[in-house]
Amino acid sequence: MDIKLTIDGKEVVVPQGTMLIDACRQAGADIPTFCYDPDLKLAGSCRMCVVQPKGWRNLVASCVTPAQNGMVIETDSPDVIESRKVVLELMLSRHKLTCHTCEKDGECNLQDYCYRYGVTESRFDGKVHNLFKDDSNPFIERDYDKCIMCTRCVRACDEITGARAINIMDRGHHAKISTAFDGELVDSPCVFCGQCIMVCPVGALTSKIAAGKGKAAQNDKVLTTCTYCGTGCTLELNVKNDKIVGVTSNRDPELSPVNRGALCVKGRFGWDFVNSPERLTTPLIKENGEFREASWDEALGLAAEKIKGIKEQYGPDSLSMFSSARITNEENYLAQKLMRAAIGSNNVDHCARL
Amino acid sequence: MAQEYRVLLEYADKINPESASDYIKVGGYKGLEKARSMNPKDLTEEVKKSGLRGRGGAGFNAGMKWSFVPQYPETKYVVCNLDEGEPGTYKDRIICQKNAQALLEGMAICGYAIGSNQGYIYCRGEYPFVVELLKNAIGNAKESGALGEFNIEVRMGAGAYVCGEETALIESIEGHRGEPRFKPPFPGVEGLWRMPTVVNNVETFACLPFILTKGAEWFAGIGAKSYPGTKVLTLTGDIENATYFEVPTDYLLRDVIYELGGGVKGGKKLKAVQVGGTSGAFIPPQNLDTPIDFDSMGAIGAALGSGAVFVMDETRDIVDIVNRIAKFFEHESCGQCTPCREGTFHCKEIMEKINNGRGSLKDIENLKVLTRVMVKASLCGLGQAAPIPITSTLTHFEYEYLRKLM
Repeated sequence: MDIKLTIDGKEVVVPQGTMLIDACRQAGADIPTFCYDPDLKLAGSCRMCVVQPKGWRNLVASCVTPAQNGMVIETDSPDVIESRKVVLELMLSRHKLTCHTCEKDGECNLQDYCYRYGVTESRFDGKVHNLFKDDSNPFIERDYDKCIMCTRCVRACDEITGARAINIMDRGHHAKISTAFDGELVDSPCVFCGQCIMVCPVGALTSKIAAGKGKAAQNDKVLTTCTYCGTGCTLELNVKNDKIVGVTSNRDPELSPVNRGALCVKGRFGWDFVNSPERLTTPLIKENGEFREASWDEALGLAAEKIKGIKEQYGPDSLSMFSSARITNEENYLAQKLMRAAIGSNNVDHCARL
Repeated sequence: MAQEYRVLLEYADKINPESASDYIKVGGYKGLEKARSMNPKDLTEEVKKSGLRGRGGAGFNAGMKWSFVPQYPETKYVVCNLDEGEPGTYKDRIICQKNAQALLEGMAICGYAIGSNQGYIYCRGEYPFVVELLKNAIGNAKESGALGEFNIEVRMGAGAYVCGEETALIESIEGHRGEPRFKPPFPGVEGLWRMPTVVNNVETFACLPFILTKGAEWFAGIGAKSYPGTKVLTLTGDIENATYFEVPTDYLLRDVIYELGGGVKGGKKLKAVQVGGTSGAFIPPQNLDTPIDFDSMGAIGAALGSGAVFVMDETRDIVDIVNRIAKFFEHESCGQCTPCREGTFHCKEIMEKINNGRGSLKDIENLKVLTRVMVKASLCGLGQAAPIPITSTLTHFEYEYLRKLM
């Protein structure tokens, strides 16, 4: 059933059960959010998305309030604006303002909304909590002096990855994100997938591997497919001066249909080999105990010739094929086909079977 | 002369609260018997008709609340809120200690109305002796057969004020962090373990047996029309008789203090009275001739809340008291939503600054902005009500703030 409501003077028709935030966005209102993430369970806690329903005593968080028939909503009333400004000031009062060296600079929600609402400083004297977590892991930087407690990382860890490595510790103003017993990630169920980095709206969680190599907002983004396994996750390479300086992910289901932004530790953090001088970039053929560079045609031709020779001399069962999970199902199919139909042996195995 | 009117506490200290047979001797469990002879729908209608409104502070019509519970799910729950964490409030403890069986009977009546056989009592962690008492009372009632199929379990809180908020209470029973849920969905539709749940206060449940035995009209005729019945009040602070009283709801605040309360301690003058617990408004002496019922208190910008009456004499330092209250809320905020998590902290910081003589007019201005946003934008009642002591004293006692400024 459809319901009708008025948002900023515009009439909108939405299906029953639609949250106000979607109805507002349908009406063209730009609703700011921190804790809201369409891929995660609702929290309704940052209170940035508040709007004013006419005749209601208080503002409501539009992300968790279902639209009702006949509602009249204002998304930029003086109360709404004041409320959003104060929420930003409250966040700023405990936020380590080191934007100039922050990896998130340029794509930080806190920065963007402060710009939008003209919040240059906080009226509330706060103190940074000194919650920076000196975590020895090589992947995830945990600077909770920048944390705004939106809990998206907690929900992503639970709902996307299923690791449940982090949660909220302590209460009130002292609440913070932590592992069990406030330890390091390596001693927790963390699998270093970095989904927490992906959903963090500020610079509290960032990649140690990409740190200092280029701010994400200023890098070129190139979509590619991860080669680590046959899943085929979409990676978003961060490219600067024709060099890969980081990997982020794209959550658009059209662009990232397999993983929708989720990656594993290898895909998100295991890319620094790309620029290694030790990397093989061309086939090598060993002659007289020494490697020399060769073309693909030459190398493949040599391999085929040798395989043929072995088969002729010792029979097809003297050969076996050991295949890999790094290639796709289709490629694995072709590999066994090559073995069975072309070479004539059933000696086929695969690393995932061990 | 205004007098007490005891309904829930009529047999206080005359019966053993743990004993079902004692209770039955004075007419107990007749209400449940009557309820079970009725159609559950008619029972809910009867409770609606009595005008009984929640005694925990929100003042929602109890029968109305029950009527939101859908019929179809098999599993439903009745939850009693005994997380009496509001400082200065101890009426639920008194009701349990004087008449625990009435609470159990009330829960069973509610269970019958909504089609639930399972009740939970969530008891404040600081009341271990009440947990003992209730467990004995439940055992005794089950043994006597008075509760029939209806079961009641006691769960103990761990000392968080916010768990008095019904959805945080539910989270706590489920074993999670005591954090309020956003509403809707309301507990009546999706509550404990995501099943339809009625959460009512101890006093609300304890009224039910009497409504059933004496009739909805009888109850609706007591006290204020829009908030009928009696209310158990607990008096604390600078008052001669710092104890509890049960009064009809049209009772005047002045009479609470000067008749039953015996006046301000030591014959001093009254400076302010805070009704409804620590999140209540500070009421100046000129508003004393207000009935204590929900709507009359609302009309003067106050709230009946839990029925705590905290009296302050002329020598008390309002700013110092509010500073202490601000500390309390800073400590008790669960930390979930931004306005409350950071707001209660900054309220405390600013109050401390003013109280220590380091504040300026700018601080008062900031306090006003901050409290306005907390009231309007916080997720639950804690953040929305925490600023009320500040805003009400800024309205009625601003001079106390101004004289402490730099």
